[in-house]
Amino acid sequence: MTTTTRIERHHYDVVVIGAGGAGLRAAIEARLAGKKTAIISKSLFGKAHTVMAEGGAAAAMGNVNSRDNWQVHFRDTMRGGKFLNNFRMAELHAKESPHRIWELETYGALFDRTKDGKISQRNFGGHEYPRLAHVGDRTGLELIRTLQQKIVSLQQEDKRDHGDYEARIKVFAETTITELLLDGDRVAGAFGYYRESGEFILLEAPAVVLATGGVGRSYKVTSNSWEYTGDGHALALRAGATLINMEFLQFHPTGMVWPPSVKGILVTESVRGDGGVLKNSDGKRFMFDYVPDVFRKQYAETEEEADRWYTDPDNNRRPPELLPRDEVARAINSEVKAGRGTPAGGVYLDIASRRSAEEIRRRLPSMYHQFKELADVDITKEPMEVGPTCHYVMGGVEVDPDSGAAYGHVRGLFAAGEVSGGMHGSNRLGGNSLSDLLVFGKRAGGHAASYADQLTSRPTIAVGAVEAAVETALAPLQRDTGENPYTLQQDLQAVMGDLVGIIRREGELADALVRLTELRERVAKVSAAGGRRYNPGWHLALDLRNMLVVSECTAKAALERQESRGGHTREDYPAMDPKWRQVNLVCSLDGDAVRLTHKPLPTMRGELISLFDRTELSKYLTDEELADFDALVAHAEEAGK
Amino acid sequence: MGTKRQFRIWRGDESGGDLQDYTVEVNEGEVVLDVIHRLQATDAPDLACRWNCKAGKCGSCSMEINGMPRLGCMTRMSTFGETDTVTVTPLRTFPIIRDLVTDVSFNYEKARETPAFAPPEDVAPGDYRMQQVDVERSQEFRKCIECFLCQNTCHVIRDHEENKHAFAGPRYFIRAAELDMHPLDTKTDRKEYAQAEQGLGLCNITKCCTEVCPEHIKITDNGIIPMKERVVDRRYDPLVWLGSKIFRRGQVPQTSVTSGRSSGPVHASAGHGGVHSHAGGSHDPRAEVQTQSGVNWHREVPHPTAPAVDDRGRLPLTELTFDRAAAPSPFGDDVTFPLPPEHLNFAHPTQDEQQH
Ligand SMILES: Cc1cc2nc3c(=O)[nH]c(=O)nc-3n(C[C@H](O)[C@H](O)[C@H](O)COP(=O)(O)OP(=O)(O)OC[C@H]3O[C@@H](n4cnc5c(N)ncnc54)[C@H](O)[C@@H]3O)c2cc1C
Ligand code: SF4
Ligand code: SF4
Ligand code: FES
Repeated sequence: MTTTTRIERHHYDVVVIGAGGAGLRAAIEARLAGKKTAIISKSLFGKAHTVMAEGGAAAAMGNVNSRDNWQVHFRDTMRGGKFLNNFRMAELHAKESPHRIWELETYGALFDRTKDGKISQRNFGGHEYPRLAHVGDRTGLELIRTLQQKIVSLQQEDKRDHGDYEARIKVFAETTITELLLDGDRVAGAFGYYRESGEFILLEAPAVVLATGGVGRSYKVTSNSWEYTGDGHALALRAGATLINMEFLQFHPTGMVWPPSVKGILVTESVRGDGGVLKNSDGKRFMFDYVPDVFRKQYAETEEEADRWYTDPDNNRRPPELLPRDEVARAINSEVKAGRGTPAGGVYLDIASRRSAEEIRRRLPSMYHQFKELADVDITKEPMEVGPTCHYVMGGVEVDPDSGAAYGHVRGLFAAGEVSGGMHGSNRLGGNSLSDLLVFGKRAGGHAASYADQLTSRPTIAVGAVEAAVETALAPLQRDTGENPYTLQQDLQAVMGDLVGIIRREGELADALVRLTELRERVAKVSAAGGRRYNPGWHLALDLRNMLVVSECTAKAALERQESRGGHTREDYPAMDPKWRQVNLVCSLDGDAVRLTHKPLPTMRGELISLFDRTELSKYLTDEELADFDALVAHAEEAGK
Repeated sequence: MGTKRQFRIWRGDESGGDLQDYTVEVNEGEVVLDVIHRLQATDAPDLACRWNCKAGKCGSCSMEINGMPRLGCMTRMSTFGETDTVTVTPLRTFPIIRDLVTDVSFNYEKARETPAFAPPEDVAPGDYRMQQVDVERSQEFRKCIECFLCQNTCHVIRDHEENKHAFAGPRYFIRAAELDMHPLDTKTDRKEYAQAEQGLGLCNITKCCTEVCPEHIKITDNGIIPMKERVVDRRYDPLVWLGSKIFRRGQVPQTSVTSGRSSGPVHASAGHGGVHSHAGGSHDPRAEVQTQSGVNWHREVPHPTAPAVDDRGRLPLTELTFDRAAAPSPFGDDVTFPLPPEHLNFAHPTQDEQQH
């Protein structure tokens, strides 16, 4: 190997790791605050996972139904998350989303319109009113392209004022960060490599925003791309931050299970919002059998009522196909386990027999196009075969709700987007992620900038730490006896998919932890063939240790939480337990080992909890909490008199 | 279960490389990208290839498959015969980094040079009002996934490094068109800018870009041509008047791209010797005279032409049937660039200048 290692050095005020919606919005904010900002992305600029989001961005603008407002949105979000959400994040999100969406229009976004020229909004599972701003079914693309183009326009300003496009904001595309560097408990910079050349790069910066997205690559059937190896989660852990809610993973109920070329690819929920229904192999529309008691009031009981809802939503209850996605996923799982699934292990999603071909093509253009081209399936003619797919991780970096600053013992680290935890509680509503990215991306970027401002001295990076980072990064290339990273990844996916999947059991989870420990030893000895230049084998070898530590957090927390709630279903504890609602499971790193602690959930402010009625709360809260609520209501009535 | 198939994949870096043979298992319903992933997991762990979504949404996996610029994740294996060898090569227009990965920074530079959206000063966020019909025209172009296949295919820069400086390429022509058609954009000189700074005049509407666009954006018909025509309109008003005086519509022989138009899309025939050609240009002498005298006002918007496929419905573009390395030109081997001026239905702006 080479004896001297070249390391490119850069200085920035704010380094944003991740170029998805959250990262780009954070970078825009930091740059607008006058900070010299870097954006780092594992793939090319504009290709981050956000491009894949289809359905839309939830924001209570009230354009389609004027009864919608932030309180209703807040309520829906808390309900969806089964009251485990960080209430303050849910509140900020509901209040600020409309402004973040309108702001996108000033950057050049072109959403679909209502008749009176406003932004159109569509229905989506779990949202009481049509709320998702959308562009056909490529909303994520619109979002990321708009932010990308806003960054370009800021660069054009910089070129005009400073003669250089990259004077104040630079994008490091195809660059992977492998380590955060600290000065005591302060963030001092980030270390990584250019994928293209394999050369190393060191970015010195007092503030780092993590916006690295999710962890789905640890699962066999997933809608997520190779980028989703939980890097941000792992970087945060190693820097001394904490993760919460890691047991909650969202399995999208309707991923394609057949044919293989489209396995894992999602069928957007708007197929159901626009009239698609789920049927088992007997042809039965089975969702009516799976409406849980907590939702009984809002959902139709007969097919006739459900069908009337599409045209007259004010006087009819919603079809059960629009239940929150964990309910739908669980229903599909039960049908398949009961032997009523399709040959490939899914169920049928049928829109072909319910809407005209022309209407399907108009309302779901890219769905139509995608399945036609990818799998030669014509969704206007035949039903799709769908099943649960690992889709989104609710868990993530534990942050201060207002600023996005990471908790734990580290300063100068911020997180936003899918990599942060708390906002969605135990289950995310469709469409809430895109608006989450904007709301908390802006907040994290802004607060990272003011954190950098108030520092009196810049943190410095110890040479030893950089040397260690180089050594760790090169190790897989220098070993030639270890295992192939692809084999290890497959083994990890098998453990997570089979033992820490959608339906969980104590014995399996304990088994998973044993196997993960074995894998940890094998991963420590992984070897990658080839050189440093654009070598995907090497890249995967380095990602593996992140996937592993994050998987451990998930398995540990899943074993600990003895109830079923949202994205965590325990066969041995099938019910929701109000006592567990008061608990967040917090993961931290103790040396090499994952440590799990219990932490009480913050208590909701009076004016927020009063938005719910008592019968609803009684399904989630303990008796003591309900007594407090009654006292609060009595007190308010007293004051009202 | 799976069958064994033959693959030839270009391996190498900027210092050189060659096509390497692989025998690999292919299962029902797989796409080319699946096969590349299988190779990475087995025979070639360091085979470099970009991808993200595996769903045709991110535009990362652009490559040339049997010479055709395509997305690897959108090319089904079932479109090839059981015994066919599938040849995969990197995008030819951009410098090679390694294997199937090329340096596409050219595109990002051009993106940065294209003037951004200019929002109306006096409309507050939240007060934007636009009608669906008005946004739809721009929305078509905003479907672009930036796969850069059109950029790779455009003959103005494919094999013409020297043009790259002056030519932004189809992706950025539609970006300009999108902003030009944006109901609330306040910049009024997008067309002139495209002509003067983006090199729109170098485009001679061959439509090759439209043909490879995986999003089926009508790059030429809906983007480039409207941008061109109005630029020209403004600059040559008197001539438009003269033109319409002398020739009445329908009396004038029309220029055609490959063939006639009355019957809709035309299937190219053996007349082309099996070589795919849609490089544009007229073979009608009168139209050519007009072309040479500046602009052919009676050029009708060329109709989309079907590629010249063989009797199995495939393009005759396999590497193996050719006598040279690297992919053949998707424009047909009877076409050399630059095209002779008489084959262009738009004249280069500098040529116009000379007449004045
Ligand atoms: C198929 C699909 C459909 C979806 N549909 C919807 C929807 O309709 N509505 C909705 O609200 N949400 C939807 N979601 C969820 C939503 O798209 C994601 O949660 C969201 O885009 C995450 O955005 P992000 O900014 O957090 O991260 P991403 O957009 O994923 O970006 C992560 C970025 O971090 C970079 N990165 C990661 N690790 C590193 C590292 N080590 N070094 C450097 N860079 C790194 C990556 O390169 C990337 O640029 C969908 C998700 C999927 C997969
Ligand atoms: S029409 Fe032809 S010349 Fe014009 S941009 Fe497209 S490929 Fe290039
Ligand atoms: S216009 Fe079409 S071919 Fe060109 S980059 Fe966009 S999606 Fe690709
Ligand atoms: S991988 Fe995204 S377009 Fe092919």
